[in-house]
Formats: sequence, C-alpha cells, structure tokens
Amino acid sequence: MTQLALVIDLNVCVGCHACVTSCKEWNTSGEAGFMSDDKPYDRDPTGTFFNRVQTFEVGEFPNTQTVHFPKSCLHCEDPPCVPVCPTGASYKRPEDGIVLVDYDKCIGCKYCSWACPYGVRELDEHQKVMKKCTLCVDRITDTKLPEAERKPACVLACPTSARLYGDIHDEESVVSKAIREAAGYTLMPEWGTQPANHYLPRRKTEMRIHEDELERADNPLKIDGRKPKPGLRDPSLDDVTSW
Amino acid sequence: MNPAFSVIFLTTLIGAGQGLVLGLFVVEARVAAELLAAPSAMLYVAGCGVALLLLAAGLLASFFHLGHPERAWRAAAMWRTSWLSREVIVLPAFMAAAAVYGWAHWQGVPGTLWIGGLAAALCLALFLCTAMIYACIRFLQEWATPLTLVNFTLIGCASGVLLLTALAAALDEPLVEAVGTWAMLLTAAALIGRTAALWRNARLKPRSTLQTAIGVKHPRIVQKAQGFMGGSFNTREFFHGRGPGTLRAVKWLFIVAGFVLPLLLLAGGLAVSSPLLLWLAVLLQFGGLTAERWFFFAQANHPQNLYYQAVS
Repeated sequence: MTQLALVIDLNVCVGCHACVTSCKEWNTSGEAGFMSDDKPYDRDPTGTFFNRVQTFEVGEFPNTQTVHFPKSCLHCEDPPCVPVCPTGASYKRPEDGIVLVDYDKCIGCKYCSWACPYGVRELDEHQKVMKKCTLCVDRITDTKLPEAERKPACVLACPTSARLYGDIHDEESVVSKAIREAAGYTLMPEWGTQPANHYLPRRKTEMRIHEDELERADNPLKIDGRKPKPGLRDPSLDDVTSW
Repeated sequence: MNPAFSVIFLTTLIGAGQGLVLGLFVVEARVAAELLAAPSAMLYVAGCGVALLLLAAGLLASFFHLGHPERAWRAAAMWRTSWLSREVIVLPAFMAAAAVYGWAHWQGVPGTLWIGGLAAALCLALFLCTAMIYACIRFLQEWATPLTLVNFTLIGCASGVLLLTALAAALDEPLVEAVGTWAMLLTAAALIGRTAALWRNARLKPRSTLQTAIGVKHPRIVQKAQGFMGGSFNTREFFHGRGPGTLRAVKWLFIVAGFVLPLLLLAGGLAVSSPLLLWLAVLLQFGGLTAERWFFFAQANHPQNLYYQAVS
C-alpha cells in the first residue's frame, strides 16, 4: 500500500511563505479551476488557500523559540472528513492515500469541514465547493514532467528543503527515514485520525565537547610550538619534528 | 461554531413536525386501546397538514445551507457511512408517510393505525439521523454525547405535542386536556435533558490543546501569526464572533422562552381552557427553541480554532 505524504521539518522552516504562494500559483492555474480571491488589494482580503504558514512563540522571554508552522491537509489514514460526506465527493484514493474532493459531486454542505479537527478544508466562496490540498495530484502523476519535478509545488518551492515528500509506507523512503530518525510526530494524535503528514520537531544544536578533546591527545609530552625541521631524507616523527 | 440559520430552522421546524405526527400516532394508539375518547378525523388531517408544512419549510431552509442546491439529490448516495445522507433519505420518506397518514384519515381508509405506526418509526429514525449528524463528530465534544440525541428528540416532541394541543383546542376536541398534559411532561423532560447537557458541557475539558495542535510540549505557547491578515473560511465558519456575555444571555433566554414560560402558559391555557394562551405558548416556544439551537451551535468549540487565535 502507498500513502503519499509530506514531512515538514520545523527545525528548518524559516516561515518565508514560499510554499503558500507556490501552492496558490500552481493550484489556481490548474484544470480544476481557480482558487477565488475577494478584495485581494482591499481592506479585508479573503481567499481560498490550501496551505498556510503560521507562527508561534514557545517559551517566555528571553528563552523563546519562534516556531513557523506550515499547515495543510494531513491526508489522514483514517480521515474523519470522508465518511461524513453525503455525496461521496470527499474520498481517499486507495492507490496512493491522497484525500481528494470531487468538485463535480460536492454540494457545498460544509459538513466535511466541520468533521476535520485541523481546519484544512475551505469552501470556495465563488465555486461553492469544498477545496483542500490535493498534494498537487496533477503534478505528481504527470508523466510528461521530468521525474525530479513530480513533486508538490510547495516541496519544490521550499528554499530550505524543510518539506519532504514521499511514501510513508515505504520504510526506505526519505520521509520514512526522516520520521524514524528525526522523531517525526503527528498533530492531535488524540483523535485517532492517523495523519499521514508528519512534522519533525525543533532540535537544539549543541556542541558536544568532551574533556579530552580540549587537549591534544597526540601530544603526550605537552610540547607545543615548532620542532626542529628534519633533513630532506630523514624520517619525520610526530611530536619530535615539524614540517 | 458559527450558527447557520438554515440549519437552525431545519432542525427546529422538522423537530416540531416530527413531534406533531408522533403525538397523533400516540393519540390514535391510545384511542385504539380505548384509553382516550376518539377525536374527529379533522384533527389528524389538520395535524398532518401542519406537520407537512413545517417539514417542507425545514427542508426548504436546508437548501439555503448548500453551495450547490441543484446537486442535493446526490446527497442520498453515501447512506452507508454518512448520517447526513441517511437524514436526506429518511426526511422525504417520513414526509411521504405523514402525507399518506393524513390522507388516509381524510378518506377514511382502514388501517390508519398501521400507517401511523410506520410514520412514527420513520419519525424516530429521523430524530436519530438528525442528532447523530452532530453527535458523531467526536472532537466537537459539546455535541459528542447521547444527550444530543435525547435532547433533539425531547425538544422536537415537546414542541410538536404543544402544537398538537393548540390545534386540538382550536378544533374544540375533547382530548385537549390529555394531550396538554403530555406536552407539559415532555417540555419538563426536555428542560431536564437540556439542563443536563448544559451542566455536562460547562465541565468539559478540551482534549485538544495548542500543545497537541502543533506538537510542541511546552506549557507556554502563544500564536504570533495565523498566516494572513484578513479573514478566511476558517475564521468565519467556526466561531460566532460574540462574547461570552451574549452566550450567557441567549442561554437564559432559551431556558425561559423555550421551556419555562411555555410550560406556565400551557398550564394556564389548560386551566382556563384558552386556545389563545396555547397559541401564545407555541409561538414563544418556537422563538425560544430557535435560540436554543443557536446556542447549541455557538457553544460547540471546534479544535481548529486553536490555529486561529491571533491575526499577527
């Protein structure tokens, strides 16, 4: 079984919103139709977005960490938004685990958005159907694109490579390794939705210096400074000669 | 949640229509068991007619909730998994049964009790479907309780049977007293059920926190930006935008106007046998129960709101 997903490294995300804009650019230009915007340059702008970067401050000054937190559909393995849909417009693709909305079947009742604890589904105010991250399903399955570009737009746009993409059911994939080795976790595990998208935690980078590293282990006589230069044909010897 | 009037009117209006038909069936069953003097066929016909009007109005209101009402027929597809889909199937079936029930009484067709029984069964199924739409969302903790089902049923029955009492009084039927007593009992039971839900919800501890929402285990997390300066679907759909004072006021409003005053008016109306007081109780209760449903939606705190605490 395949379960495509994103793994987002919060230790690397700098909060530049490149994933937000590239997502909007790609998905508003696609076959599925535009993602509507209202008053984009006016006082109260609003619009449909599949992906947002939020910012949280953790801790108390001066010991604070700024956490930039990109949020899009998590493509849950047990998505609560799918069974509640009365028309079957909301579905999870069996072949790759992507949760999608059939815009031609959606009646715009908003029930699926109520049934998503993460708030990643948005009703498009003009097309009146529910929209959400498709994991750029039109990109990743497009065989006309070079293999390296068959990735979601946000992943390709991220300047710090904070977004990894792959199959979390393949234990050798880059995402599985990242989850395993960098303590990947899911959001709101208490509801049993089993999100496919994982996040990698902030990690404090610390220099670990052991005492014996402060002293040259290969200098038992504690002789520093230049040693006599050996003759051209003489052998050189550590701690006795210098070059 | 941000209460939508389409859904408020849908649930209150069909609840009253369901209670009315259920009341008629209980009347007929008790008449058949010779526990009650038989009313005229006109009561059944008028009752079913009024119930159908309420159900149709509720159904109409529900269409205003949809982005694509012309595709509403598709909503019957996923009845295996979706309570909303089940409601979409059971509501028209119940309306048809109620229409046949009224027609059978009008034409004097035999076997009305069986038709009424079918309508009553569909009526209970509809209460189940409507309430489970809300009760099945496990992370909306205010809704995810059997009390939701109990209260949708009791409140629907209370308002329907009160309407039946007023109808019986208007038609000068002899069973006003009996039906009125049921209405009083049901209204009191609904008040107890609703109070129990209020008591429960006031003591809820949210299972989701900012810590589980972003997966950072630190006691102090403050949102600094939600990612955009304007509004979005997330900021509009899931919060009513009013302060706790408004919520408190609406709570007392619905307790008084939806339950206590109708109960007093009902008791008074029965004591002095005044249809006017009964109709006043019906109108007041409808207003009160609209406020009750508004509060039901407004009180539900969606965990997605954790992600939208600060604009920037």
